[in-house]
Amino acid sequence: MMNASLNSDVSLRGRKVLLHDMCLRDGMHAKREQISIEQMVQVATALDEAGVPLLQVTHGAGLGGASLQHGFPLATNEEYLQAVVPKMKQAKVSVLLIPGLGTMRELQSAYDCGASSVHVATHCTEADTSPQHIAYARKLGMDTTGFLMMAHLNSPEGLAQQGKLMESYGAPTIYITDSAGYMLPADVKARVSALRAVLKPETEIGFHGHHNLGMGIANSIAAIEAGASRIDASVAGLGAGAGNTPLEVLAAVCERMGIETGVDLFKLMDMAEDMIVPMMDHLVRVDRESLTMGYAGVYSTFVLHAKRAALRFGVPARDILVELGRKKMIGGQEDMIEDTAMTMAKERGLMKDVTSTSM
Amino acid sequence: MKKIKCALIGSGNIGTDLIYKIKRSKVLEPVWMVGIDATSEGLARARAMGLKTTADGLDGLLPHVLQDQIQIAFDATSAYVHAENSRKLNALGVMMIDLTPAAIGPLCVPTVNLRQHADKGEMNVNMISCAGQATIPIVNAVVQVQTVGYAEIVASLSSKSVGPGTRANLDEFTYTTSDAIVRVGGARRGKALAVINPADPPVIMRNTINCITDDEPDQAKIIDSVLAMIKQVQQYVPGYRLVNGPVFDGKRVSVFMEVTGLGDYLPKYAGNLDIMTAAACRTAEMFADEILAGNIQLTAKELA
Repeated sequence: MMNASLNSDVSLRGRKVLLHDMCLRDGMHAKREQISIEQMVQVATALDEAGVPLLQVTHGAGLGGASLQHGFPLATNEEYLQAVVPKMKQAKVSVLLIPGLGTMRELQSAYDCGASSVHVATHCTEADTSPQHIAYARKLGMDTTGFLMMAHLNSPEGLAQQGKLMESYGAPTIYITDSAGYMLPADVKARVSALRAVLKPETEIGFHGHHNLGMGIANSIAAIEAGASRIDASVAGLGAGAGNTPLEVLAAVCERMGIETGVDLFKLMDMAEDMIVPMMDHLVRVDRESLTMGYAGVYSTFVLHAKRAALRFGVPARDILVELGRKKMIGGQEDMIEDTAMTMAKERGLMKDVTSTSM
Repeated sequence: MKKIKCALIGSGNIGTDLIYKIKRSKVLEPVWMVGIDATSEGLARARAMGLKTTADGLDGLLPHVLQDQIQIAFDATSAYVHAENSRKLNALGVMMIDLTPAAIGPLCVPTVNLRQHADKGEMNVNMISCAGQATIPIVNAVVQVQTVGYAEIVASLSSKSVGPGTRANLDEFTYTTSDAIVRVGGARRGKALAVINPADPPVIMRNTINCITDDEPDQAKIIDSVLAMIKQVQQYVPGYRLVNGPVFDGKRVSVFMEVTGLGDYLPKYAGNLDIMTAAACRTAEMFADEILAGNIQLTAKELA
């Protein structure tokens, strides 16, 4: 067992944390939405057997995500859910809903297919676009979280206000979501603490990290120290950018620290090695582009889009990403990647305006 | 020259901006503004600009409609009350321009189908949504060249320009706009996405339009059609500007637009609100032309 002298200052021994796997939702981004129904069932079954209590299954952009903007998947959200949910022995299945993209009709449909939990996600300053959807999810009896994305772009106090709004709409859990993988542990602690200070004692706090600066584990632990009781992660980190917090690594750290997660570490380790990594189209890791996102604070999902635009228009992906960060583009504005790449290509003399030739 | 007298229902940002646009019109005259809060800035401004006002909601206006010869009303309240407003005003022979997502009347994009609605003398037309006004002309410009199986639009709006009504009803915005891409734009299937960006200084409204054509796109014809359509929209929204495209990727046609407002009451970045008020004003003008020419007579509808 462990050496007591290696314990950190803050004892988290005995703290219970709910781990929420993201492989089959955030991981869809890393797979360009091309995870088959069979793979979904295989991965979900393995997660279920490893004791992961909650796992998310949808298009990477959630309900309503199937689009030119966000990519067309191999099957509909309904088909994925209908295949996965009946196979679960203990795990619950969640979905993602971003108002402006997904609607209540789609939420109802996901619920009818067996989804019992939902992240209702807004940009970190726009919580007031979610009251209808949070109320609807609660009416259905779904486990509902208010999910504040790109949380580094709001102050701890600002996030506390936004979280308070979502709580007032009926969300029993509020998430700090580091979509850009930009935050450092102190940033996470400040934000979770600010939420904890204003939310009702029974309201839970969650943290969703990205590993773009290699801080997924450290940030998750910082969140737990500040009072978070739910953590999103994905086995082998399969997710956008440099991936999510790698779940099996987090599980190992939690076990060392005495944090109770109820998952089977060795099964997760085997799953990461034997199932998830072989599924990857590219090794999900901190590479030049994902590091750029973490460093510049850009939405993690942009990375593959930027690489595609770079190939098409001849402007390096890193230049595009830095410009998107400068223009303060947020999640959902994937169309602006092509647009920005074209504008930059024109400025660099690589492309001509249609009006300059036809008029 | 005789002008058609108008009432504005709703004293928020949209209603207030409409006063400026209607005042500039050669055929429209703003006479009444209806609010529900006596202390609202919108009503105070309307009074200062010479309009009669009431803070008693629509019922405060009804007794004056005939006497003040109101013939066109703009509804900038909410989808929930629009149906009732429309019923009451139609009963008095007032034609309604609906700026809410209620969409009980036919959907209208001036450059695409306003002529048809005016010829029919419709008593209620709906202005869809800001995203609809900004994108459907482009979808239709492509459809005019060849058939489009699927059109998808993304509207990016600055946070400061999105009021509480839209925020609380994003689903309606999505449904109404998606539906209009098909019914007015002419694509067989449509999808609308909205993104609210809080950057400060605020970002100007952006719209991306993607069409998937059934056959290989005729690039030269599509470029000409899109550029011609943009010129038409610019007649009432001068800040409607092509940023990138049309660009072609197989059968996908992409057009990237920016909408800068006139900056009447609303700031210039709020092109989304400006294109709604400008389109509504343009629509009212065409109906006013027809009324003044005696081509259509507004008649009181039987109370249902």
